[in-house]
Amino acid sequence: MGELANIFIKSAFIENLALSYFLGMCSFLAVSKSVKTAFGLGLAVIFVQGITIPVNWFINYIILSENGIFGTDLTFLRFILFISVIAAMVQLVEMVVEKYSPSLYNSLGIFLPLITVNCAILGGSLFMVSKEYNFSQSLSFGLGGGFGWFLAIVAIAAIREKMRYSNVPPALRGLGMAFILTGMMGMAFMSLMGIDLTSFGK
Amino acid sequence: MAEVKEKNAPAVEFGKEERKLITDPINDNNPITVQILGICSALAVTTLMNKALVMAIAVTAVTALSNMVTSALRNAIPKQVRMIVQLVIVATLVTIVELTLKALNYPIYKDLSVFIGLIITNCIVMGRLEAYAMANRPWRSFLDGIGNGLGYGVILIIVAFIRELFGKGSVFNFKVIGPNAEYLINTASSPLLSWYTNNNLMVLFPSAMFVIGIVIWAHRAWNKKLVDIS
Repeated sequence: MGELANIFIKSAFIENLALSYFLGMCSFLAVSKSVKTAFGLGLAVIFVQGITIPVNWFINYIILSENGIFGTDLTFLRFILFISVIAAMVQLVEMVVEKYSPSLYNSLGIFLPLITVNCAILGGSLFMVSKEYNFSQSLSFGLGGGFGWFLAIVAIAAIREKMRYSNVPPALRGLGMAFILTGMMGMAFMSLMGIDLTSFGK
Repeated sequence: MAEVKEKNAPAVEFGKEERKLITDPINDNNPITVQILGICSALAVTTLMNKALVMAIAVTAVTALSNMVTSALRNAIPKQVRMIVQLVIVATLVTIVELTLKALNYPIYKDLSVFIGLIITNCIVMGRLEAYAMANRPWRSFLDGIGNGLGYGVILIIVAFIRELFGKGSVFNFKVIGPNAEYLINTASSPLLSWYTNNNLMVLFPSAMFVIGIVIWAHRAWNKKLVDIS
């Protein structure tokens, strides 16, 4: 339990996908103009991340690895399968959300399909492989990574909303300022380094 | 994903048009500083110039080839499933690039780790496929891919140069400035430069953001029509 909590905290705060691995930066910068849309996208990312990482874990270890059901090393198919799983999952999530919660579907709007090309999702799956997590660890990593990304995008959106009333040099307005703000947030998150919950719950 | 400007200039002269496809993304329509595409990898691989150069070449190759293939197939791809088709094309090309790099230069391949795989979701690739290759002929799409790859590469090299020089005191792993005799400019021996130390912050996350922010600032101050008026 302590180990899983540790992975969650680590992937959410210390190894934040957006603020220390630069993943999902494109949508991070493009969609962070208002808190409301940022909130919706962040939720969608947690959701998709929490589903695709365990599914991709399953694919990587049960189907593609040498000890898997085919008995041969198929890891060269990893990218194609991972991205197809992500695209299919996003489609599936979209259909489920549309059927059971039309209000959430409307508020997420175009952000759901956009998630397919959010590098945070594919990056999460690839990190899961390179860190050699087991199933429950990868679930915790997926949820934690999604949560960290959610926190980061909501925070930057709030700052950018306030920034609109500030007197920024013309050439720095918009994108340039967003980069510098993100850098400062990254510095703030770096101060969380060193949190260790391994002994938690023991 | 960012809003992508469509280029609708009529074909006045073939050679000129083609050249514009290459030069336009380097300045006026730069994928990183203007279109806000492909930021993720641009930030992560710029700690060393070697990495940045290899990444720029890989992205240029993938963008150009995937643009060409998609453009050749554009009339055969049904609208509803085009995302998946494009992703499969890109993923195949990225796998080829990854295996090639693994065979040619294993240390750099290890260094770049997941970021080679992440070219699949690099927004430059998808953005150009959607905005250009789905509506234009293969040769032109190929040139557009090369142009955008170069525009991306230029920013990558500039950022990597600044970060490596001030962070590690070296350029392409050639030691330029630092506190001992291994470096070209030895700061320890000269009294004028003894205050200088390499700044470790430059290789960490926040500085990548600051450097790109400042590059964008400089680019927009120099090229006034890019200033964000919203």
